[in-house]
Amino acid sequence: MAEQVAIEEGLFTWPSDDPRLLGSQCQDCGAIIFPMQSGCPRCASDDTKPKELGTRGKLWTWTIQGYPPKSPPYAGDVENFEPFGVGYVEIHDEVKVETRLTTADKDLLKIGMEMELKFIPAYTDDDGNEVITFAFAPVER
Amino acid sequence: MSKPEVAIVGIGIHPFGRTPERTGQEQGVYAVRQALKDAGVEWSDVQFAFGGSQAAGAADTMVSKLGLTGLQFINVANGCATGGSALFSAYNTIASGAFELGLAVGYDKHERGAFRVNTRSSGLGDWYGKQGLALTTQFFGMKINRYMQNHDISHNTLAKVSAKAFRNAEHNPNAWRRQPISEEQILESDMLSYPLTKFMFCSPAEGGVALLLARADQAHKYTDTPVYLNAAVVRSRRWGSFEVMAPWLALEDGDGPTVDTSKAAFEMAGIGPDDIDLAQLQDTEAGAEIMHMAENGFCEHGEQERIIQQGETEIGGRFPVNTDGGCLANGEPVGASGLRQVYENVLQLRGSAGKRQVPNDPKVAYTHVYGAPGISGVTILSK
Ligand SMILES: [Zn+2]
Repeated sequence: MAEQVAIEEGLFTWPSDDPRLLGSQCQDCGAIIFPMQSGCPRCASDDTKPKELGTRGKLWTWTIQGYPPKSPPYAGDVENFEPFGVGYVEIHDEVKVETRLTTADKDLLKIGMEMELKFIPAYTDDDGNEVITFAFAPVER
Repeated sequence: MSKPEVAIVGIGIHPFGRTPERTGQEQGVYAVRQALKDAGVEWSDVQFAFGGSQAAGAADTMVSKLGLTGLQFINVANGCATGGSALFSAYNTIASGAFELGLAVGYDKHERGAFRVNTRSSGLGDWYGKQGLALTTQFFGMKINRYMQNHDISHNTLAKVSAKAFRNAEHNPNAWRRQPISEEQILESDMLSYPLTKFMFCSPAEGGVALLLARADQAHKYTDTPVYLNAAVVRSRRWGSFEVMAPWLALEDGDGPTVDTSKAAFEMAGIGPDDIDLAQLQDTEAGAEIMHMAENGFCEHGEQERIIQQGETEIGGRFPVNTDGGCLANGEPVGASGLRQVYENVLQLRGSAGKRQVPNDPKVAYTHVYGAPGISGVTILSK
């Protein structure tokens, strides 16, 4: 039976009632990066630990992917392509994360606006599973 | 200015664009033969070579066509700075005294459409490409979108940069896109990655460039118009910079590698931005040319709006930029792109750039490349 699967293990906590992005934090200088990796690019320490990232941040910049990406590597539906938003969200006091946005409407996107973490279907895999990835959405007022 | 140790004594180019009847390597060989002829030397006189291509095979295999002379030939692979790295290596080989005459060569032949990114070789997980983030065009859209908001750059200024590129290329027989395109057409073409439209982006393409370098004190053996290499610098990114293909960025904002590379090049040459008469700046898209004017120290952030609107970067302006049409009109065969900029500056300094010649006898010229994964190369040339 088809089910929901994470696009990659270790990218975010999954399955979970309250999934979080998984970064790593340097135990020497405190720098946070995403996704998890060993080694700190800021201070060259090799002492990093996994860290669940916050779910809120500010839109640092954005664009709209207006044409179907080459496939592979893109796994989404190229035949019925719909433009999608892409941006960097500066998760408060942590790190800027590159992310899909839930809207592709340029009039709804403003640099500096408050954003929150969501999980969206990215594509359907060969086994018919719904592949889930992370995205950020403008916070509803 | 510091006393130059190395001169460019011969230049060759294979026209950029699409050449279905020639492989990438054949385009490189074509450029090398032109450079040899330009300097009046034989292939057997060349003591060493540094060469590279990203998608058209190992450069050292060229010797099977050029001649098996036994020379030292080293392949260079350094992304968008491949040409700049070949030139830097050739420069140092001569400056160190190891050899006296050598070659820097770059060529490429890419498939049509946007660059296909191999996420694995870029050190990224498969998820990155699968969900549609592995596109260089997105980075360029996001960088200029933020820049335009922070520094009041208009959409029309983006269009003016593209229009200039195609207008300059009209007088460049080696350029790919030589039809002038109006600002209106540029703004109304397909929106590929907001705020950048189709005619604001360069395409991968094909082409080859070869440069022959010699000891500065021997340059007159080969040419009446030597052009000296006063600086050749390559740098990579540091913490806080905003780069192409980055799943994350540091919380702190910092300068990109262009800023470091530019500063080091000016220091090496012993001059400053005001001493430069013309520049070829990386213009993967129209916004890049604008941002790179400031990142290379030629103006303050935001000043570009006035400078470009007043036509100062045109061939007849105060500070001409991308006089051969840049990447926008030549396309970007990765291995050859940085060397094309140097080729153009040599022509300009020799005074042999024809209808696109910068007036008033330019004496010092600057080149700049930028590319994945956060690398930059700068040269300063003088006569
Ligand atoms: Zn650290």
